Amino acid sequence: MAEIATLPEWAALAPALTFAAAAFLLLLADAVSPEEGNPVLLAGLSLSGALVSLAFTVWYIVAGTGQPGEGDPSSAGAIDLFDGTLVVDGMSLFFSAIIASVVVLVVLASYDYLHDHPYQAEYYSLVLLAATGMTTVTAANSFVTAFIAIELVSLPSYALVASLKHNRGSVEAGLKYFLIGALSSAIFAYGISLVYVTAGSLQFDAVTSVVEGGELGGIFGLGVLMILGGISFKIAAVPFHFWAPEAYEGAPAPISAFISSASKAAGFVLLFRVFVGVFTWEFVEPTIDWVVAIQVLAIVTMTVANFAALKQEKVKRMLAYSSVGHAGYVLIALAGLTAGADHAFVLGSGMTHLLVYGFMNTGAFLYVALAEYWGVGRRIEDYNGLGAQAPFASAAMTVFLFSLAGLPIGGGFLSKYYLLLASIEGEVALLAIALILNSVVSLYYYTRVLWAIWAENPSADLEIEQYPTGLYTAIALAALVTVLLLPAFGPVADLANTAAEMLV
Amino acid sequence: MLIEFLLGITVASALLVFMAPDRIAGKLAAGLSLLPLGTTAVMWSGFDASGNALRGGDIAFESRFEWFDLGSYALQWHVGVDGVSFPLVALTTVLTTLAIFSSWTPIDERQSQFYGLMLLVEAALLGVFVGLDFFLWFVFWEAVLIPMYFLIAIWGGPRREYAAMKFIIYTNLASLLMFVGVFLLVFALGDTLATLSLVDISAAIQNGGLGELGGFDPEVIKVAAFVLLFLGFAVKVPVVPFHTWLPDAHVEAPSPVSVVLAGVLLKMGTYALLRFNFTMLDDVLTNGWNAEILMFVGLVSVIYGAMLALAQRDLKRIVAYSSISSMGYVIIGLTALTAHGVGGATFQMVSHGLISGLMFMAVGVFYNATHTRMVGDMSGLADRMPWTAGIFVAGAFGYMGLPLMSGFAGEVLVFIGSFHTSLVEGAPIFTALAMFGIVIVAGYLLWAMQRTLFGPFELETDYEIGRAPLQDLASLAVLLGLVIALGVNPDFIYGAIQDAVEPLVRAGTGGDALSVLLGGGR
Repeated sequence: MAEIATLPEWAALAPALTFAAAAFLLLLADAVSPEEGNPVLLAGLSLSGALVSLAFTVWYIVAGTGQPGEGDPSSAGAIDLFDGTLVVDGMSLFFSAIIASVVVLVVLASYDYLHDHPYQAEYYSLVLLAATGMTTVTAANSFVTAFIAIELVSLPSYALVASLKHNRGSVEAGLKYFLIGALSSAIFAYGISLVYVTAGSLQFDAVTSVVEGGELGGIFGLGVLMILGGISFKIAAVPFHFWAPEAYEGAPAPISAFISSASKAAGFVLLFRVFVGVFTWEFVEPTIDWVVAIQVLAIVTMTVANFAALKQEKVKRMLAYSSVGHAGYVLIALAGLTAGADHAFVLGSGMTHLLVYGFMNTGAFLYVALAEYWGVGRRIEDYNGLGAQAPFASAAMTVFLFSLAGLPIGGGFLSKYYLLLASIEGEVALLAIALILNSVVSLYYYTRVLWAIWAENPSADLEIEQYPTGLYTAIALAALVTVLLLPAFGPVADLANTAAEMLV
Repeated sequence: MLIEFLLGITVASALLVFMAPDRIAGKLAAGLSLLPLGTTAVMWSGFDASGNALRGGDIAFESRFEWFDLGSYALQWHVGVDGVSFPLVALTTVLTTLAIFSSWTPIDERQSQFYGLMLLVEAALLGVFVGLDFFLWFVFWEAVLIPMYFLIAIWGGPRREYAAMKFIIYTNLASLLMFVGVFLLVFALGDTLATLSLVDISAAIQNGGLGELGGFDPEVIKVAAFVLLFLGFAVKVPVVPFHTWLPDAHVEAPSPVSVVLAGVLLKMGTYALLRFNFTMLDDVLTNGWNAEILMFVGLVSVIYGAMLALAQRDLKRIVAYSSISSMGYVIIGLTALTAHGVGGATFQMVSHGLISGLMFMAVGVFYNATHTRMVGDMSGLADRMPWTAGIFVAGAFGYMGLPLMSGFAGEVLVFIGSFHTSLVEGAPIFTALAMFGIVIVAGYLLWAMQRTLFGPFELETDYEIGRAPLQDLASLAVLLGLVIALGVNPDFIYGAIQDAVEPLVRAGTGGDALSVLLGGGR
């Protein structure tokens, strides 16, 4: 606490500022020597940016910045910045940590993935700018900052998805993502305007006091629903998920990992902040019962996604649907917020799952990146016998997929059962049943990939010569953290619960 | 700390074997598997548990640390053994070691992975039997699936993809149901429960701590939890009609894996039934017709499992289905809730582990030599493989319950226990019908032996038949020795078992008058 007190307040935004600074440095480096772009320098710069941002976040978490402190009450609690349009608290730091970790992994993996790719500086700087946006979303405390930050995430993402310029699939995916994204931004903005009509303010705290004050009209209810729809697009919840399979499949695999893990986390933090902190259920419920709306959304999302994943023949597309399905699981953290439940416990389940998911899902997509790097095909049967050729990476993939399926090989096991507990805590039996059935369904399609990797004989012409260091390091790190989160789940769950406690 | 050492040494051995080259993996794994076996022997000599772990008894080798808090519940690393779990721990180490020896002949590819996974299965199974905190126990419970899936999927027979997938999905669904069942109890216990230790959950339920949940009466919660738990475990046991994964998994799995599957994995189900349903929720049995229904379920498994076995032509399928029948006796014994009923059921778990392990191993030895398992394809094997045939015959008689073999002791104890129980209306009739199952078992085993082992030598494959390798014969002989030793002197483990099931026996269920007959440890 002591050393933090000497820093100016805006230093609490250091995680986001670091990303932004690194992005501009990258552009500067590229401007100095545009011709002979130096991949090591570019990747190194981005990696250091991400690592410094992660270090700041972890430092703040350990030092207790923005947390309710035991000592001096005036310095304790969330840090308001810029007239309260941004706030740094446990929630924002928790999600910054997820985002920064994912960026570290993605940048590490991109170094090999992009080995003879042009426009590397642009690629890295777009990743870092999007990360800046995501980190800002975690701290947004007003609809204006939230909207701007979300756009700062979206615009680079569109370009990144389409960054394989000579690949038709990539360009098409980028366009589709952009069109649907533009529509959803419009819906989100319109929802904000409807809420503004009733509340007369865009600041979260101000809207909260209006909500608690009394009469809210149908217009307000419509606004709440449209905001829910707008954010549902970012987290790829059904029926706003149509872009996800296309975008994830067309995008370069590290970008699929980035969007499906980090961008989803950013969407969720906004959803948590807005719905738990602002549209407090007990006051909004007479106008619009969003808990029921989210229960429906959660059940539909997990069911549709898992059954769609069941039929996929391409690994990346299957992972895309799995990622949609996990959005459905995490929605339990809001859908379980019924009157009798312990809200911090329920909300904490979703946050914890997102953190574990950040590692295991990123890892799984990076394995796909590795397969693409080797020129292995995209279908499940193209992965036949990869286990014999690359046992180490395939063992990591086993960790990722079984952890995603909720078997005790990684933290995904505990976080899935934590979600199941949250749904029982909320006494929403239907959610628990849907989670159970979907989890079993998901085990089938995850296992199919592992079957191909380990139990099938390799096709004759599969010959792997290169083992790229960057990708391997990223995969190993992700696997290590996923496994360690099983025994070390406690501190993470604690952190999530404390952060959730501040919000509810 | 001996248990931590046991688990740690097993996992470490697995990792070491994974990294070893294929050519030495089998020998290395066999050598390393002696470490957990030796550790169990050391534990045996220092075993000082008394009473039932979940009913306030003294737990041997107990250790308990905070793991982490989830909401208002403290999850702990809590391990220990009592008279119920320790025999199963010993069974696990013995069977895994022997299964590894018997893998030398059939497993000829990707050996380091195979033996590493075998040791991982062992570690997870040991964890199930020593875990006393629910979450910890559940981690091990689910962890068994991962290596088992790969063992079936990679080294299995032609339909291994289907069998392995069915195994993992079926049992995972069951685990999820069971998990909900446990947490119905935990949430209904509310504030009266501070940790998720099975000891504490059990004590809280016994002290009447169950409250309302979601507007339902505690009694309703109990029944609902009992049903969910029973469904969850019934798949593992397996109880008819949840048994369909078992023949597929057994037939496709390589024989050494079947040994572990039938010998130990099925015991997870019955062990969990004993720990949860029949220890924590035994009240449910006293209500209405619940005990009769369970008795009937057990009886159906006994009879239907045996009749299914009767209809098979594949030796391995015959043994697999007869496991279903044998597990039915365990259900019957547990439902009786008498000293010999529960004690005999626990004894039967160990005994069946040894006998079915022996049978699967013998079938595997035949298969290695003949490359067929169909009863119709071979005859007169005793001519060429007299030792294996002899041990197979002995094992089959053990299955049929020949006196002085462990199968006899297990089944007789169960019948004595179930005959007199006052919990079940018409218990003698149930018992008599269950005994009929043995007749069917004798029918198909005698038939199968007569067709395959005796008569003129004939074989419809092109393989030369020679004597079985020494390590296979030795493994079979060790198992047979154990089966006979436990048959001659059941008290070797039955004393400890009796001590641990004593607290579970409900006053007035009767059936103890005949205990003199066997001179059990009472």
